[in-house]
Amino acid sequence: MKNVLELLERANHAYPLKTAFADEAYALTFGELTAKAKSIGTALAAQLACRNRPIAVLMRKEPDALAAFFGAAYSGNFYVVLDCESPNDRLDNILRTLSPAALITKPELAEKAAALAFDGPVLDFDTLAAAESDKNALKVIRDAMIDTDPLYALFTSGSTGTPKGAVVSHRSVLAYAEWVTETFTINENTVFGSQTPFYFSMSVLDVYATIMAGATFHIIPKAFFSFPVKLLEFLNERRVNTIYWVPSAMCIIANWKVFDYVQVPTLKKVLFAGEVMPVKQLNYWIRSLPGRFFANLYGPTEVTDICAYYVVNREFTDDQTLPIGRACNNCGLAVIRDDGTEAAPGEEGELIVRGSFLAMGYYDNPERTAKAFTQNPLNPHYPETVYHTGDLVKYNEYGELEYITRKDFQIKHMGYRIELGEVEAAVNALPFITACVSVYDPATDTIVLIYEGKKCDDQKVYDGIRPRLPDYMMPGLYKKVKNMPYNANGKLDRAWLKAHYQEL
Amino acid sequence: MEKILEILKGIKPGVDFTACEDLIGEHVLASFDIVRLVTELTDEFDIEITPLDIVPENFKNVAAIAALVERLEDE
Repeated sequence: MKNVLELLERANHAYPLKTAFADEAYALTFGELTAKAKSIGTALAAQLACRNRPIAVLMRKEPDALAAFFGAAYSGNFYVVLDCESPNDRLDNILRTLSPAALITKPELAEKAAALAFDGPVLDFDTLAAAESDKNALKVIRDAMIDTDPLYALFTSGSTGTPKGAVVSHRSVLAYAEWVTETFTINENTVFGSQTPFYFSMSVLDVYATIMAGATFHIIPKAFFSFPVKLLEFLNERRVNTIYWVPSAMCIIANWKVFDYVQVPTLKKVLFAGEVMPVKQLNYWIRSLPGRFFANLYGPTEVTDICAYYVVNREFTDDQTLPIGRACNNCGLAVIRDDGTEAAPGEEGELIVRGSFLAMGYYDNPERTAKAFTQNPLNPHYPETVYHTGDLVKYNEYGELEYITRKDFQIKHMGYRIELGEVEAAVNALPFITACVSVYDPATDTIVLIYEGKKCDDQKVYDGIRPRLPDYMMPGLYKKVKNMPYNANGKLDRAWLKAHYQEL
Repeated sequence: MEKILEILKGIKPGVDFTACEDLIGEHVLASFDIVRLVTELTDEFDIEITPLDIVPENFKNVAAIAALVERLEDE
């Protein structure tokens, strides 16, 4: 197999009338989705006559968006999802990096599209989807494609403020989707309840596992995450049995103890990734859903989505951290020291990844690509690329990897090397805390703790963590907030807090 | 009512909340605004808002929020 469209066509062949992607109001069967994607592919190919060029998609998170993505692939090009709620400045930045061959949108977003810094063709989704598909033209394109052709580029925020677009090939997504479906037994009976946006790498799991296995994918309306009872009722109504959410979304359920009011009998598998899952909130899920499957997944956009995972198979106390586990099948991991040699078992080091899950690099950004994607430092014999995650990890006594912190987050304070994640784990273990972030301000040499909790104050937090943390790890400044800020992906917004904690 | 308006203005400055009939449907209040609103109402009125009360109908407009607070204050 060389192209993800073969997955779609296989699902279409096996389950043409089955719902593939649905939202609150609308659904596409595999048959309808494939037909629309072919029409779009035909129309794009005829109008653009280019290959392996980016096609920007400015659409809401809706079933038709998938037809646009696969349509771009049918045309021999690759798709780039633009977040329609993102400020125009950021989108303009992305568009300048990409100069896409075209932008696909719908009438409700035409005004936003027109305001963007893009002077190429802006194409209407419905017009493209109504075109007649040309089997022969699509075959000519497919025959010329290879598995290392790009399928999409996903933009992540760069530390310099300029977003970087990780280019991911058909090969990577095929390898990744194969791992997902095998490891988590995803099949035609799987029903996903999708939380993550399409411009976020986590959505690659649900989307491609769905077309690989002929599963069904339900888009959960974003507003339901503020009305948690409705959220669980939606899962029940759609008979969702598998979810893959960011921990912040799971914490909404745990902090409001929503399972005390609504049960979710059909939910069987709970996967999460994207940030550290606080164990206290996970324990609420595990206690409320006994006998279900829980797994912690770990990985950056640059390895498609995930490179390591841990199936929760033992009990954790609230102050412990969950391991990120072992390498995914067909994924190579190593832990290296700063000098590029391999770390000893139990020694801290940076995690590097090799294998088919790796992205091709960053679009039009050779400098950043060369920094993050290098020759394997442990293999001087033949060309082999590794991706440097920038994450510090170590092996625990079970032979599982433990995530420590971002390499950039590791700080030196009073002569000690400190992981802010450890401070957060101690705070999160306190029963009255609902969320927290710890940042370091080098200007004042202060560890700052921003926390959210019920009936508590700085003194109570201080007293709670005092017995758990050494002196040099105790925060120097406490900021209680009524509600933590979250970024567009639904994760705690650390970057914002670091820059703005003084205003809180 | 006054207090509720004050809280709402704190969350979304510049919105005429008394004129808006459907805060949810018209996307005046986004996901995390509701979370914040619930926390502030809980603190301000010393009431307990359970997930069963956190439904769109109770946050539709200022009158609905006031009715919710009143009901929970009596409980």
